[in-house]
Amino acid sequence: MNIPANKEMGLGMSRIAIINGKLADPAADSLSPGTVLIEDDRIIATGQIDIPSDAQQVDAQGLVVAPGLIDLGVFATDKPAFHFGGITRAALMPDQRAPLDEVGLIREATRAGKPDFWIHPIAAATRGLKGAEMAEMGLMQAAGAKAVGTGRQWIADSGVMLRVLSYASGLGLTLIAHAEDGGLTAKAVATSGETATRLGLPHAPACTEAMAIARDIMLVRETGASIHFRLVTTKAGFDLIRAAKTEGLKVTCGISPAYLFLNDQAATDFRTFARLSPPLRSENDRQASLAAVADGTVDVITSSHDPRGPEDKRLPFADASPGMAGAETLLALSLNLVREGQLTINRLMTLLSANPARILGINAGSFAVGSAADLIFVDPDTPWIVDSAKMAASAGNTPFDKMPVQGRARRVMKGGAFL
Amino acid sequence: MPDIFIPDALPQSSGPELTGRALFPHRHLLSIADLKPWEIRFLLDEAEHWAQANKGQARKHDGRLAGMTQINAFFENSTRTLLSFEIAGKRLGADVVNMHAGQSSVKKGETLIDTAMTLNAMAADVIVIRHASSGAVALIADKVDCPVLNAGDGWHQHPTQALLDALTIRRRKGGFEGLIVAICGDVLHSRVARSNMLCLAALGAQVRAVAPPTLLPPEVEMLGAIPFTRMDEGLDGADVVMMLRLQNERMDGAFIPSPREYHALYGLTPERLAIAKPDALVMHPGPMNRGVEITSTVADHPDRSAITEQVAMGVAVRMACLDVLTRGARGVEGWA
Repeated sequence: MNIPANKEMGLGMSRIAIINGKLADPAADSLSPGTVLIEDDRIIATGQIDIPSDAQQVDAQGLVVAPGLIDLGVFATDKPAFHFGGITRAALMPDQRAPLDEVGLIREATRAGKPDFWIHPIAAATRGLKGAEMAEMGLMQAAGAKAVGTGRQWIADSGVMLRVLSYASGLGLTLIAHAEDGGLTAKAVATSGETATRLGLPHAPACTEAMAIARDIMLVRETGASIHFRLVTTKAGFDLIRAAKTEGLKVTCGISPAYLFLNDQAATDFRTFARLSPPLRSENDRQASLAAVADGTVDVITSSHDPRGPEDKRLPFADASPGMAGAETLLALSLNLVREGQLTINRLMTLLSANPARILGINAGSFAVGSAADLIFVDPDTPWIVDSAKMAASAGNTPFDKMPVQGRARRVMKGGAFL
Repeated sequence: MPDIFIPDALPQSSGPELTGRALFPHRHLLSIADLKPWEIRFLLDEAEHWAQANKGQARKHDGRLAGMTQINAFFENSTRTLLSFEIAGKRLGADVVNMHAGQSSVKKGETLIDTAMTLNAMAADVIVIRHASSGAVALIADKVDCPVLNAGDGWHQHPTQALLDALTIRRRKGGFEGLIVAICGDVLHSRVARSNMLCLAALGAQVRAVAPPTLLPPEVEMLGAIPFTRMDEGLDGADVVMMLRLQNERMDGAFIPSPREYHALYGLTPERLAIAKPDALVMHPGPMNRGVEITSTVADHPDRSAITEQVAMGVAVRMACLDVLTRGARGVEGWA
């Protein structure tokens, strides 16, 4: 492939050729040696290409070159943690101190990370995330919202949910939904089972997830809307999603590494770092989650990054806030799936970058011509130990503390510039 | 189907030959789940000593905790447990101070950890804590330098209640082997039930959890109890019937239709008690809802009811626990 010299394209363009990398192209089947050519903030060619003479060459030294991670569903703008984790963009959940339900808040959120990190806010679908009145989805879309969401809440009123899905679909926005039936979940902080019984914690049966998904799938069938269940964590939930996909409905789902590598016993001794929403599930559901990643049911792996300090976490279990700091461990933990043979690294990058970009409707997360020049150089095998006391995140609330992991992002390029 | 916990599979010996600190190598008393069967028996033996001493003489003062400060930090309302710990501490000569949530800075927004640090800075020698959240007492215990006694945390544990119930049963029945104990009522929300199931199963009793399905925790078998949802079946052949208090806030239709229906289906009446063994013992941790979970005839039965005896054993058990947990600090030989 011939690349025209810069002067034919016009002046002032800067070009970078990344050479000696193993390309983890989400659209390919396996790693392949090749070059990525970048002009300004866009990818203009990849693969076996002639390197233009005026391009600045950057040697990837045999590392894996992959699209920067796009984290679909984080709770904080925590740049140091995202950069450590090789994350170059994140969709911000509307559950902020002031819920993201109006234009000004959306506009502010989109500016929060720039230039070296991009936040794509998820607009609250209903005012105050209360599940009653629709928020100004169209105006928020114009201000930069890339999706609408229910937050960590369940829209209990099915009539409201029907209209939210229908209206969002008219705008071409995906609804990012939380899959727990609020009535069944109520004040539960754990999944019903031996651990919750031993610890005496308020609990709800795991079917709360499938109940929520079942209703929402029926409303998607009715409206033709597109829905993304941010976290699906149970066998029954995955079964419903598998069937909906077979039927051709616009249904996608995600998961976080915590649900793939921990079960509800992680809360033993009232460890509040393992207090998550939805709560950790049984070992059977954990195994079903791994299977759903392997068989393609899961579209997205997200960190659900939610850094929480001692004021939120050093409390009795049920009084603590849910959530974990996950940005720094997202890549390393996900690479376990590649090492264990559940996925190829290319498929993993589809889950970590390409699919989130597709759901958000942004031109990023791939090596296609014109895609944003957000790249990471990954050493997939380098070992390190998660240490909650020394994290880049604004808080160290990880349930994986002291766990040995492998894989680090060595360099991060955002919009054509290395950090 | 999970494996059912079989009490007979536990070591039935009195355990290894131990002395001093090895008899009870715990800094705190937080959960029955932390204790070996022989450690429970050791505490019961110690409590038996105090039960006799409390009964035998008019002047009950024993000065062994003289000069030590005991703080009773109650973040949840209590009358009898607080009083019982206060009397236990005073009989042992400790300076006992009570902190009620209502009067404390907790209401002003101070965090639990800050409250714990404050109590610790006052150099208490033993702290007794009750809190409405499961796990809260362990959280505080982790932050203080002195022994902590759990006087009830959420739905989780109430270890001294289980010990006093076990002592009451042992005194009346002579032992636990083969004994059928039916724990009846709101098992789901009950820390008393959780502690008792673990304790009695560890001691060799056959434990039943009897409750409406809405008040029975999932996988209760794993705590050593066989679940029953019909009162009559659960009571059949029982040696001990332990009733639980039905909290007022559970009576509103969410878990049971009404107190009247609950009484009809799960209340302990003389007729229902007749299904249990003829000499079955009736227990209740108090305070009772007379006419809801238990009728007065049963509660006040002179031979069958052990309810006031439970209260007496409560003081003895708490004296034993306060004594044992402070032996290290007091420099008792073998306990340093």
